[in-house]
Amino acid sequence: MTAKKLINRTIIYALLILMAAIFLIPVYMTTVTALKTRDETTLATAWNPPDLPLNFSKFQEAFEYFGPSLGNSFALVGTATILSALLGSINGYVLAKWRIPGERFLFPLMLFGMFLPYQAILIPLFEFMSDLGLYGGIPGLVLIHVVYGIPITTLIFRNFYVEIPDEMLEAAAIDGAGFWQIYTDIVFPLSLPGFVVVIIWQFTQIWNDFLFAIFMTTEGNQPITVPLAELSGGEAVDYNLTMAGAILAALPPLLVYIVMGRYFIRGLLAGSIKG
Amino acid sequence: MRSRNDRIIAGIMLLPSVILILVFVYGFIFQTIRTSMTDWGENLDNPAMALQVEKNFVGLENYRELMTDPMQFEFRTSMVNTFFFTILFVVGCVFVGFMLALLLDMNVKFEGVFRTIFLFPMALSLVVTGTIWRWLLQPEGLNALPNRLFGLEPYTFNWLSSRKRVLEFDWNDVPMYLTYIGLFILAILAFNYFAKRRWRSMGIVAGLGGILVFLYAVGFWENNIWPQLGITNREGTFIPTPEPKGYQVALSGIVIAAIWQMAGYTMAMFLAGIRGISEELREAARVDGCSEFGVYWRIVLPQLTPVAISAVIVLGHISLKIFDLVFAMTGRQNFQTIVPGIMVYGAFDTNRYATASAIAVIMLVLVSLVIVPYLWTQLRSRES
Repeated sequence: MTAKKLINRTIIYALLILMAAIFLIPVYMTTVTALKTRDETTLATAWNPPDLPLNFSKFQEAFEYFGPSLGNSFALVGTATILSALLGSINGYVLAKWRIPGERFLFPLMLFGMFLPYQAILIPLFEFMSDLGLYGGIPGLVLIHVVYGIPITTLIFRNFYVEIPDEMLEAAAIDGAGFWQIYTDIVFPLSLPGFVVVIIWQFTQIWNDFLFAIFMTTEGNQPITVPLAELSGGEAVDYNLTMAGAILAALPPLLVYIVMGRYFIRGLLAGSIKG
Repeated sequence: MRSRNDRIIAGIMLLPSVILILVFVYGFIFQTIRTSMTDWGENLDNPAMALQVEKNFVGLENYRELMTDPMQFEFRTSMVNTFFFTILFVVGCVFVGFMLALLLDMNVKFEGVFRTIFLFPMALSLVVTGTIWRWLLQPEGLNALPNRLFGLEPYTFNWLSSRKRVLEFDWNDVPMYLTYIGLFILAILAFNYFAKRRWRSMGIVAGLGGILVFLYAVGFWENNIWPQLGITNREGTFIPTPEPKGYQVALSGIVIAAIWQMAGYTMAMFLAGIRGISEELREAARVDGCSEFGVYWRIVLPQLTPVAISAVIVLGHISLKIFDLVFAMTGRQNFQTIVPGIMVYGAFDTNRYATASAIAVIMLVLVSLVIVPYLWTQLRSRES
């Protein structure tokens, strides 16, 4: 390795490590704050590592404060993710493998729903949910996430199913398989990676959602993002408690991301680069 | 062959989703537009939540008020904030994201670890990001870091509550600035066509620009259009007194938090783009004597233009819709950092449904201006 190349490599790694450190500063600060009490979080001591043994009292407090909403979040995400993946799979299968009249027109119309600023539908949605008696609770929120998840789940599954060779389907059709049999025998068994991408995507999206949560749920039915935002945005904030709460709210999607990062990125890119 | 019967089943299976989208997206948008043209919740004699709500059609009155009523100055601040936020956020994300992608493309060891670190904020809720950054921007947070690390004076900037405003201008001059921006865009287009020698397109664009300049010069808008629409008052201004607007410095902290969250996403897009360029092409350029810098400048960069456009559009539409992050960082009533998404929440919360709808429609129009041409070109390029 020449001297010039060595210098180049050093600069590259130095920059990468510096950037990584900058990206991780918030993680450090959040963790140490959550492990300390108010008296240990002054101007002079906020950056110090916590005393040993670690003090988990703020996490205990956060569990009490956020426990019910954490439960709501899990109930919401569990149901909505499965339903929206199944719906997306059927839609993707139809759009990728069957000629539907008006498809060229319907598909972009559907995709626009992905970018829609939801403020533009909130008031009618609120009225509609109230009329159905679904306003305010988790079942209503499940319905909302399933409906507004249709564009992205359909898009991901459609792009996934386009890769399955048509010949396989034709061969099955010649053997007498119909719409459902082709799906259950050929398409569905090949769908596992597609389902993983969509489930991870919807899991993180729905877990992290705040807009629908705050407009469409009432006290006691809220997912965790609502009490967290209200605690954080309020006056006289207990930062030790909010940091412990932030960690609780961050862990589920973060674990999914760390374990299944590759699939997460595929979902991420599906939302921007098509075709 | 797949039978006609099965094709009908396929159509029927898609139908529920199509109906749901038509109702929940397009039907509701239509209803919001209609509400925005009524006085629902704006008329004190007529409570918004009464059993028999009376909604009177008022045309574009709510929009006129948002743009010109002195009482509605907060909405105009939110528009200006969105404008600055979008520019800083998009430029910041593209810059940081592109740098990170270039660094990771240099055959580094532990690429996966670095990628995971840069991208993890994307897995967090904007509420979590806001909560964390609100704490980091307190005096105990980043401001104290130079002192803790190097013993320097602590930084004393009031990140989220500063009332400082820079780059000030008067809201009454906004149509003038918009005209300049329009002319600037037309000039770029004309130059582009000129370089490509597409004379007819250039002529059309230059002609449009000429008409715009002419109409502006003879005062067509302020004499014939604004007064007719009832937008300007007798003095010929939009708002009776000058209304100073500008970049609210308190937005900076929110911009930084947003870049922290989305820069990794931009990096992932660029990295996917770079990896999509064939290694043979880059090798060929190297064989022809191109330096490593030259390979990036001449081969990689030009091929990344479509990715850059995607990134700008996706990031731009996110920032036009921003709500959660601002809510978590500065609460719902911080005037300095108000954005349209928060305005809709505030109006909804106080039952001013017509105003909330009008603001939402303005957001929808802005997002559509960005997204519709993008979807159009994306889908068309795939078909060809």
